[in-house]
Amino acid sequence: MADAIRVVVTGLGVLAPNAHGAAAFADALRAGRSGIRRQARLAELGFGCQVGGIPQLTDELVEAYFRPDERFAMNTNMIYAGIAALDAWQDAGLPRPLADEDRVDWDSGAIFGTGIGGIDTVAEKLVPKTDAGKVSRLGSSMVEQVMSSGNSARVAGLLGLGNRVSTNSSACNTGTEAVIEAFHHLRAGRAERMLAGGSEGHSHYIWAGFDAMKVLARGSNDAPERASRPMSASASGFVPSSGAAALVLETLASAERRGARVYAEIVGGAVNCGGQRMGGSMTAPNPEGVRRCIREAVAMAEISPASIDAINGHLTATIADPLEVQNWAAALELPAGKLPLLHATKSLIGHALGAAGALECAATVLEIAGGFVHGSLNCDDLHPQLRAFADSVVHRTREVPDLKLMAKASFGFGDVNGCVIFRRFDG
Amino acid sequence: MNEQRVLEEVISIVKPFVKNQEALSSIGPETSILKDLKVNSARLVDIVLELEDRFDIEVRDEDADNVRTIGDAVQLILASKS
Repeated sequence: MADAIRVVVTGLGVLAPNAHGAAAFADALRAGRSGIRRQARLAELGFGCQVGGIPQLTDELVEAYFRPDERFAMNTNMIYAGIAALDAWQDAGLPRPLADEDRVDWDSGAIFGTGIGGIDTVAEKLVPKTDAGKVSRLGSSMVEQVMSSGNSARVAGLLGLGNRVSTNSSACNTGTEAVIEAFHHLRAGRAERMLAGGSEGHSHYIWAGFDAMKVLARGSNDAPERASRPMSASASGFVPSSGAAALVLETLASAERRGARVYAEIVGGAVNCGGQRMGGSMTAPNPEGVRRCIREAVAMAEISPASIDAINGHLTATIADPLEVQNWAAALELPAGKLPLLHATKSLIGHALGAAGALECAATVLEIAGGFVHGSLNCDDLHPQLRAFADSVVHRTREVPDLKLMAKASFGFGDVNGCVIFRRFDG
Repeated sequence: MNEQRVLEEVISIVKPFVKNQEALSSIGPETSILKDLKVNSARLVDIVLELEDRFDIEVRDEDADNVRTIGDAVQLILASKS
């Protein structure tokens, strides 16, 4: 393994319900600031869950990022992705290419995922006009907004990317899988830099299906910031949210050549599926699949499970939370009292679906770089099946100066899993 | 219909699609929409839709294909309204 290409994170772009920008996000995580608010439209429409997470954007901000001819064909998902991507690129110290600059960066690509995509364009423009027999009134911008690859395609144009550019999709595992795929692409020597990210819009059409499944939190509509309760006894479902995050992954050689600042290193990453058997289904994980995924990532990182300092869990606040923690313990072969520190970023920002894994990987990177583990909100009433792990659960932000290894995992509908191992970069 | 007024309206409709912002300072009837203003050819459809809405006219596809300059668009509108 001595010659394996090393992959590091050199830039972060974050557009979260509780913060815009990597530094602001780190502050919000440290301070335990929730991005969950009451959403009037959901109440009007009679949703069971009437709270959600939506990044706070102004028209002025969007105009500052994109020219009118760019904005013309960008829906919410693409605007989120574009902002996160441009921010990450700048954060990495890379210049934003000029539109008329006739140069392509053949060594940089993007894997930018989404879970649902441009459903707002479909529902609000494409379907009504088409059904009214007014196809010619749609204009030219429908396809690029409704195609599943809309976000990665738009990002590629903004940054002049010339390597692999694609949108991946694996439900709740989308963002984490993007990071892992980008990591492997770089390790295979196929690019120097890969933008890995995920974005998801906030359309009520996205959230309706989850509300109908009764998997959304419906018991805290009058107290939005208490609604997202991973690992708690009173958890009643997840809080839907939206936004985007992008990580600039780069070979260490490229980062050193240009004197880039390194946030952290990625030392392992694995994705798999549980086959929707052995206890798994479309919406529930096969425990064996989860454990195999975690073990594979850990093995790739060539570390002992006991050396992992903290886990940034998938932990959505559904009934699956206790099973997830048991899977971690089994995969790492650690007794309950010896499990790494445990916390859920979703307690602050809800479940951003296609953007979740990317936002949470960004959080993990900021934690490793900053030497802290943010508090997991709303689980003071810890789930009874997690009492054995109580010592691991971080309720209030903890400074952890010797934080060195963190595991981040996501588990998505389809019984798909992803796990990344991040290591503090010391050179 | 006042030709100068139509010219100003056409320019305001085309403006959001212009990639070459510098060319806007010398925009006139002779300005080529694709070559000078560097408007994405895919967006000509949207410009025609906006012209139809703004001037309450219907533009046939064949006529739309012949619009190359700002002046062509102005003449098309004047012809439709007469």
